[in-house]
Amino acid sequence: MLDNTSGDAFVAFEHVQKSYDGQTLVVKDLNLSIAKGEFVTMLGPSGSGKTTCLMMLAGFETATHGEIRLGGRPINQVPPHKRGIGMVFQNYALFPHMTVGENLSFPLEVRGLGKAERETRIKRSLEMVQMGAFANRRPAQLSGGQQQRIALARALVFDPHLVLMDEPLGALDKQLREHMQFEIKHLHEELGITVVYVTHDQTEALTMSDRIAVFNDGRIHQLATPNQLYERPENSFVASFIGENNALPGIIEAFEGDKAVVKLANGELIDATAVNIRERGQKTTVSIRPERVEFKPEMMPPGAHSIEADVLEVIYMGDILRTRLRVVGSDDFIMKCRNTIAQTQLEPGQTIRIGWHPQDARALDPI
Amino acid sequence: MVNSSDPQAATTVVTPPEGRLTTADGKPLAWALARSQARAKRRAFLLVLPLLGFILITFVVPIGQMLQRSFYNAGFPANMPEISQWFAENPRGTDPDDAAWTALANDLLASAEARTIGVVGTRINYDVPGTRSLFTSTGRKVRRGIEPPYREALLEMDEDWGDPRVWSAMREASKPVTANFYLAAVDRTRADDGSIEQVEPRQRIYVMLFMRTFWLSLLITGLTFLLGFPVAHLLATLPMRKSNLLMILVLLPFWTSLLVRTTSWMVLLQQQGVVNDILVWLGVIGGSQRLQMIYNQTGTIIAMTHILLPFMILPLYSVMRTINPSYVRAARSLGATSWTAFRRIYFPQTLPGLGAGALLVFILAVGYYITPALVGGSSGQLISNMIAMHMTDTLNWSMAAALAALLLGSVLILYWLYDRLVGVDNLKLG
Repeated sequence: MLDNTSGDAFVAFEHVQKSYDGQTLVVKDLNLSIAKGEFVTMLGPSGSGKTTCLMMLAGFETATHGEIRLGGRPINQVPPHKRGIGMVFQNYALFPHMTVGENLSFPLEVRGLGKAERETRIKRSLEMVQMGAFANRRPAQLSGGQQQRIALARALVFDPHLVLMDEPLGALDKQLREHMQFEIKHLHEELGITVVYVTHDQTEALTMSDRIAVFNDGRIHQLATPNQLYERPENSFVASFIGENNALPGIIEAFEGDKAVVKLANGELIDATAVNIRERGQKTTVSIRPERVEFKPEMMPPGAHSIEADVLEVIYMGDILRTRLRVVGSDDFIMKCRNTIAQTQLEPGQTIRIGWHPQDARALDPI
Repeated sequence: MVNSSDPQAATTVVTPPEGRLTTADGKPLAWALARSQARAKRRAFLLVLPLLGFILITFVVPIGQMLQRSFYNAGFPANMPEISQWFAENPRGTDPDDAAWTALANDLLASAEARTIGVVGTRINYDVPGTRSLFTSTGRKVRRGIEPPYREALLEMDEDWGDPRVWSAMREASKPVTANFYLAAVDRTRADDGSIEQVEPRQRIYVMLFMRTFWLSLLITGLTFLLGFPVAHLLATLPMRKSNLLMILVLLPFWTSLLVRTTSWMVLLQQQGVVNDILVWLGVIGGSQRLQMIYNQTGTIIAMTHILLPFMILPLYSVMRTINPSYVRAARSLGATSWTAFRRIYFPQTLPGLGAGALLVFILAVGYYITPALVGGSSGQLISNMIAMHMTDTLNWSMAAALAALLLGSVLILYWLYDRLVGVDNLKLG
């Protein structure tokens, strides 16, 4: 599933570049291979080029340079309607002048399918998204979540092998969104289709994807499985974009294999794992997840460095206690402590020493 | 809401009589609602009162009066009371007896002295052309003196008094309420025996003009659609800066006087005009075969299509702007060719704008007057030119009113048909 050789990839971008104005590149040298049956999410802030990539794959934008292949076949010159790719749009794009049934019938009619065959397929697709009773409704008579399901059914009704989704859950409320995430995930598993999903919501990306491509500024910064991405970000952008993150700037003091000792601004030393730094004396940003920060000495590995922190605020959030600390002059260092019976209650004004397992602190490029 | 299991709350429940909802003190809810909003409604009405008055005085009343003229004309009975009385007492087909001739002579004398004989003559002239002078000249002679027997005396003054058509016309005109103007407006007339028949073939013009008006309006609507649709689409899809410039180009004719636009077409289209010059220069036509493009139907069609084009473009544009491009993209991704996506997805969504534009252009074209008058020649005249002629030249206002009423009626019927077929709710004028 994680086969990265582009030779037998189902979808492959090779050195794809895209410019709209001839002055700047929106997509800079994109290389991406997606295996058959994989669920790949393009995640990134708005304007990072992820939607442009999706549109190039769908055929609505042409690549300025490079090649896009689908099932081994170059598709740069293939018009969108001959690509056979299902697509779910951000605003659903259900045809407002047609009923739900007619919407689903449309892709089958343009493919010249007979009436009986069409009806069977429409029925099957609607039942797949639990909307069997809605065939005669107009899109305007449906709620957002229902429209979303219909859009999904329409993208799947002609049995495409590849389905693209452009922020399909963006307009739904949180609860419905979480529910739909599971439904889409289950449909993906059941049907064995390949899905390329675009979102700027990292939770959504983490929950649904086999692999996530983190986009920024027209480039893929990291392509990895959700847990790799979260636990082993490869640069500062990914670390700060995915999940909550504490960033401590410093200078590499000692460097040995993948271990590094980082000297912070106030001269204190901390342990970290070297990721994309090369030598002593280099500037770095150490990234630590809030839930991996410890303040009890017995939780830290022996010999690990610890630094002083002032407790500024303890926010009760039910399952966790979110503690804001002042560390090396910065006021927004967050530590998350599980709300257990045995948990030590910290008070604002208290001074503690915090530390972490060296492998949880990652020395990355300076921001 | 009241919880019925709560005994304290249950005591305050007002049982609605016959299932209708009431307020807490038992008054009907609808009545209470109307009462609470009455003050606001009165104030709102006061605000629109000046406009309402203005519209009534300048629009509704004059139009009503004008329409009344189409079936009500008291010019004859008011000035010729005795003969009108005789017509009322004697059925059609009765030959005029002595009493009739006496009444006619008395009326002519009275009318000539009151100087209203011209009005009477004009009224009869509508039905029998050339009779106005019959009345005015006889009036002059009668004032010099007339002796019984009146039949012989009047026939002596002008033998046309013996013409049964004049008598038939007077009989028709003696009733103030008449359908004759409507009959004339559809090229029909009353025969001597009172039955309705078509006028002579060479006098049949109105039906032909109505047909021409509707046909040309339809053609012009179709042309504005063909020319305006791509422009509106371009306006809706171009980037803002370019579309603004294009929009100014569309609106520019709007800000120019109608007369200026029409006369510039005269400059362009006449035989020694710009278009012909270019065609000759290009060698498309020879110098002796210059095209006749103005002072005929072609001129009317070209000039009106140009002038009415913005009325098609603007509603189309306002609808197209709201159509999300993702609809067409969705259709394409679902396997439709660009033509199918246009035909089945894009075009149906532009229908509200197309309907509004077509209705606007058609209704405006049906009533168009200045442009056909200036560039239409004789074959490009429309029914409104005929109405204008009756208003200003022949002064047959009743005829003008009848033609206008027919025009108004047929437009209303078309509007009703449109409402049934497309639905006026779907109109989008901007």
